[in-house]
Amino acid sequence: MRGAATKRGKAGGEALRDGRELRAIAATVLRLAKQRGVKEAEVHVEEVVDALTRFANNAIHQNVAEHGLTVSIRTLVDGRTARVTTNRVEEDALRAALENSLALAASQPKDPHLLPLPGKQKYRALQRFIPATAKLTAEARARAVKRACELAARRGQIAAGIFESGQSQTVLSNSRGLFAAYRQTQAEFSVTLQQGGAASWAKANAADVRAIDPIALARTASEKAKRAQNPVELDPGRYTVILEPAAVLDLAGFLFYDFAATAVEDKRSCFSGRMGKTLFGKNITITDDVYHPEQLGPPFDGEGLPRQRVVLVDKGVLRNLVYSRRSAKTARTYPTGHGFALPNEYGEAPMNLVIAGGNSSLEEMVRSTERGLLVTRLWYIREVDPYEKIMTGMTRDGLYLVEKGQIGRAARNFRFNQSILEMLGNVELLGTAHRASGEESMEMVVPPMKIRGFQFSEVTKF
Amino acid sequence: MARLRGATYADVRVMHMRQRDLTTKNGQVGTLGQSESLGLGIRVIASGAWGFASTDVMTREGVAACAAQAVAIAKASALAKKKDVRLAHEAAYVDSWQSPFVKDPFEIPLETQLKLLLAADEAMRRVKGVTLTETDMQFRKVDTWFASSEGSKIHQRRVVSGCGIVATCFQGDAIQKRSYPNSFGGQHVLGGYELIESLDLLKHAPRVAEEAVALHDATQCPERTGTLILGGSQLGLQIHESIGHPIELDRVLGQEANFAGTSFLTLDQLHHLRYASPIVNVVADARISHGPGLGTFAYDDEGVPAQRIDIIKDGEFCGYLSSRETAHLIGLERSGGTVRTEGWNRLPMIRMTNVSILPGPWTLEHLIADTNEGILMETNRSWSIDDRRYQFQFSTEIAWEIQGGKKTRMLKNPSYSGITTEFWNSCDAICNAGHWLLWGTPNCGKGQPMQTMGTGHGASPARFRNVKIGTAFSDE
Repeated sequence: MRGAATKRGKAGGEALRDGRELRAIAATVLRLAKQRGVKEAEVHVEEVVDALTRFANNAIHQNVAEHGLTVSIRTLVDGRTARVTTNRVEEDALRAALENSLALAASQPKDPHLLPLPGKQKYRALQRFIPATAKLTAEARARAVKRACELAARRGQIAAGIFESGQSQTVLSNSRGLFAAYRQTQAEFSVTLQQGGAASWAKANAADVRAIDPIALARTASEKAKRAQNPVELDPGRYTVILEPAAVLDLAGFLFYDFAATAVEDKRSCFSGRMGKTLFGKNITITDDVYHPEQLGPPFDGEGLPRQRVVLVDKGVLRNLVYSRRSAKTARTYPTGHGFALPNEYGEAPMNLVIAGGNSSLEEMVRSTERGLLVTRLWYIREVDPYEKIMTGMTRDGLYLVEKGQIGRAARNFRFNQSILEMLGNVELLGTAHRASGEESMEMVVPPMKIRGFQFSEVTKF
Repeated sequence: MARLRGATYADVRVMHMRQRDLTTKNGQVGTLGQSESLGLGIRVIASGAWGFASTDVMTREGVAACAAQAVAIAKASALAKKKDVRLAHEAAYVDSWQSPFVKDPFEIPLETQLKLLLAADEAMRRVKGVTLTETDMQFRKVDTWFASSEGSKIHQRRVVSGCGIVATCFQGDAIQKRSYPNSFGGQHVLGGYELIESLDLLKHAPRVAEEAVALHDATQCPERTGTLILGGSQLGLQIHESIGHPIELDRVLGQEANFAGTSFLTLDQLHHLRYASPIVNVVADARISHGPGLGTFAYDDEGVPAQRIDIIKDGEFCGYLSSRETAHLIGLERSGGTVRTEGWNRLPMIRMTNVSILPGPWTLEHLIADTNEGILMETNRSWSIDDRRYQFQFSTEIAWEIQGGKKTRMLKNPSYSGITTEFWNSCDAICNAGHWLLWGTPNCGKGQPMQTMGTGHGASPARFRNVKIGTAFSDE
């Protein structure tokens, strides 16, 4: 089953296995379980093909490719469950993994809350496998990188970044007849342009590599880096800020686990005791929607339940959480298809957040600002206070003073200590929501925002 | 195979990685899983540029195809190169090494491990007011077979163990928590189950839970500029963020500019910068003689033997973490041996080994007695630093006020911030070897694709003057 590696040898564009091979591995595991007398077994087969070209100082310095397949087996016996994962797929190795899973499961006390495996489910079809992305070669990535580096060199700047393309497929099946399969492609281009002591940045991520324009991104970063020269030092304090989408994503994205019913049940969510309350401004509506055209990810969760679109915050009011089967049972409601693969202690989380946008452009936000700061992206964000959801972090790669409706001089980077709850109550304007990509949170669909009273506490040296 | 296809240099790492994860939450088993992964990564230089490919197809055909892909990728890299890659000389080694451990954690019955975690969990839950209890154990056994076209053939087996417990208390409008022996997964070392037994979880569980509850009634940490004493584990993280990362030579050279960032330690600072006060000595030491740290090994993932490098000597900045590719850029004839990989499918890169501050002469008792007014902070709660590693802010789970040389009342929500070199130059006392522990940081992220690496940080409590305290919770 694993000898079909002869398509390699060219630099990239390597293919995933025929989906029937993954299906056959899953069937083998379930057959072995049945032969062993195990009534409940679950198998998750996942294959990843990925390649990433990394550049810095206007040249490629790292260039990697990987191809891997994992088989993860969970058994349930007498109120006990455990998971064993291997990347060996010979029948003997699968049998050994199954036996290990049974041994691990048997070694623990009985869990009175353990649910039986779910049965057969229906899923909405999602087409997120784009052949153009899957076929992208190392040469094609290198040529695009070379053009970005040449642009930088022509402008007296230094480029650094990545160009990544990959594909993955997954099969989830269990002994109660559940079968789910999904595959997708993903491409990403991220670029930093450095000039003197300053830098700026741009990034895009999509299923279809043709939706990404590396040169346009490099040009944007280049122009912003030029504008970032000789930053002025401002006093810390509260400022009106215009957060570009990556900054919104990386900060608001830290809310994702707070929407988990298990986190609320565990009293570690900032939404504990706040259900039904108005927490944000009326202009804030947040859904979890894997079916949004700009989202990626499978239409099923870690147990194989279909993912549902859930309105979490409606016009500022916390309306819903997401539920796994277990947390739904505890809360006497229905699972929403957001559970993680079991066993785990975290339960579930929304993985495809969408913050509804408005109709203001970034230019309008700037024009309407008497004095404020335009923020390109944020960096090293960590939680300071879990219940007030105060986060700290730095601005990075382009912070610009906005005065009298115009973008002016660059400013030295600030540290912020800002409550997300307060921030989403102070949003004055929203732009159009699109898929954004940062470095701190997973990709989401978010708009740029103009926010009043954003708290910067200290300034750094650049 | 890579040489046949035109590579001028090739190395390969075959890695067999086994891991066991156990967690409990509120008296129930949370995660219970075991995994293994076997594969290889091939790194080549062809046409003067790097290529890397990995595979888990361990047949002759699979390996040949992987080697061919690595060479083809290197040739693609050469389309956008500025100059040929040059490696510092290193001898070829044929060796086998196993990290020391007393009890193989994979041989300890799972029932025993779970029983201990559930008992610690229960001991925390007995304390009134605790709303969430969590425990975890993690064990890893990694075999690496390294071979290079220069003749090295090295086998290493590293066994890593880790464990921690956490009690959380939600009350009113606040969440407080306490962890032992450290936050974010506890303590991790290069060793066996003897670590877990040495931690005495059952003794500490009630205290941890009581402190989590007591924090709600504690006074808010004041906002001021003053004297700060950091506990050993927090000082370990302070070293990690404000010394360990800025000394990575790939970062200094701009190779991480797009993601992890750069460094204020530009090459002109070497042997010139007064990094810290004269009592501060910091080393990067991967040798087993330094201790069983997460950055301890016999050879790095380029086949370079473990070394000790002076980083800060009597306060002066004097060394970077280097690789075979970067060593010559700072005038070294040889790599510092700090190149490591997360697994067979990841490219080895410069990583911290054990970056440790050397102990001073003080006992903690004498240090507190010598402090008229100050705040003692322990156990990290959050950490953040800018992308050149100048400005940082940390908060900890708990603090105590020091008044007139005595540890007095408990303080909640402590935090401090500063500029790296100003902070380290304000260090005026370091505790002695009796307080020094090699802390393990198992979750250091770097690189694209992201790699998570374990690093070690030997530290003992230390005192700093004129530190900005309490800004994280300031409303101004």
